[in-house]
Amino acid sequence: MNEHTVKSYEEELALLDKKIAQMGGLAEQLLGQSLGALERRDPQLAEEVVLADKAIDNLEREIEEQVISMIARRQPMANDLRHIMGALRITTDLERIGDLAKNIAKRALAIADESHPKPLMSGIRHMVELALHQLKEVLDAYAERDADKALNVWRNDAQIDAMYNSLFRELLTYMMEDPRNIGISTHLLFGAKNIERVGDHTTNIAETVHFLVRGFNIADDRPKDDQTSSTLIS
Amino acid sequence: MLKMPTLDIHKPDAVPRTDTKVSANDVNVFYGDKHALQDVTVNIPDRSVMAFIGPSGCGKSTFLRCINRMNDTIPIARVTGKIIIDNEDIYDPSLDVVQLRARVGMVFQKPNPFPKSIYENVAYGPRIHGLSHSKADLDEIVHSSLEKAGLLKEVKDRLNDPGTGLSGGQQQRLCIARAIAVNPEVILMDEPCSALDPIATAKIEELIDELRRNYCIIIVTHSMQQAARVSQRTAFFHLGTLVEEGDTTEIFTNPKDKRTQDYITGRFG
Repeated sequence: MNEHTVKSYEEELALLDKKIAQMGGLAEQLLGQSLGALERRDPQLAEEVVLADKAIDNLEREIEEQVISMIARRQPMANDLRHIMGALRITTDLERIGDLAKNIAKRALAIADESHPKPLMSGIRHMVELALHQLKEVLDAYAERDADKALNVWRNDAQIDAMYNSLFRELLTYMMEDPRNIGISTHLLFGAKNIERVGDHTTNIAETVHFLVRGFNIADDRPKDDQTSSTLIS
Repeated sequence: MLKMPTLDIHKPDAVPRTDTKVSANDVNVFYGDKHALQDVTVNIPDRSVMAFIGPSGCGKSTFLRCINRMNDTIPIARVTGKIIIDNEDIYDPSLDVVQLRARVGMVFQKPNPFPKSIYENVAYGPRIHGLSHSKADLDEIVHSSLEKAGLLKEVKDRLNDPGTGLSGGQQQRLCIARAIAVNPEVILMDEPCSALDPIATAKIEELIDELRRNYCIIIVTHSMQQAARVSQRTAFFHLGTLVEEGDTTEIFTNPKDKRTQDYITGRFG
């Protein structure tokens, strides 16, 4: 890619990427910490996550302002336009991921005093690990402008959905075994749902990266495997 | 899940272009030894605006001037290839060039009204082409042309004042009224707004948008934003060749050729 004739334009685009990378790093960190807070029943860590989410919100606002200013002053075209609009979309998804991590941390606070069922916790850990891996991959795909990598992330979301489905069933069974499990199970269920949503936002980012690089949307429909909305106890 | 907006938002604009009005085939232009335009082939649709963009000296104005044979007026210019307007070869030796230039009107970079009254500026063409049979006829043509050019309201009480006394933007609209008065089918515009302020420019752009319902409009512009705003199709010229041509939205969001991308994003050279 040739450089812009106007250097400050080039610098602004680079700054945008830097901020996205920073925001992505923070989102990864928060998601990891929220799992830690849940697993280790660490209210201190949970509080930290809730506070750190503010940093993500601030970055989102900064990026938004920069994007608006660039559209007004530069009238971006072609790949620059896709770059700038892509950054705006990605920043929204990352902010949502931060919110979801914060929500998991809040639930960790709520159930800090209860004993956690081991097999269910390991299910949640696997979901978070996979979600973190996906997030890292998609941020790399953005930084490297790698549409194929983004496409892979997009396809792999089905795995998170599958894990969520089986966790959902396990939690239902656990609740049926003993009504005293309902409180913690419900919190874990929402936690799992949040991770599943993180996966969806990661998928959104993958679509944005694909559009940004190739100039058109991913053609086929993503295999949607979250079946919990139609699952009943039978 | 949220989807990226598709590019369909501009499709309504693309609908009116029905058939090809101007068709160029392997057009080459030489100025003496200089090969100014090489093998340009393009179809220009009727009832729509096509913009030619590209850096200075890329051949876009040269090509524009082929379409009403303005290059004939340059002694060293030589044009080869074919340009067809409505199934008629405009370089056919039996063709009347004066008639052609009535069918293919032109508006220039600098407004160039005749040193005559506003009325006479518009009446001149229809009169020499014998389009009116009476004074009332001519009055009607002058009024409707000024109306179509969006100028009537501003000048109706001073039609006998000199055209050169109008503001730059008004003069340019007067020139458009003059072009329209002889009932053209195609209107060529060579950077029609480069001498105008933003408000006068907006008025011309609004006018272009109105006119495209009835005419085939081809505009050369240095302002990419203007090309993006007013045209339905865009052609990018570079070093005497037509690099890429397509739907305007497509060209400005997802150009296929790297040279087009570098040019419209300001990365050239």
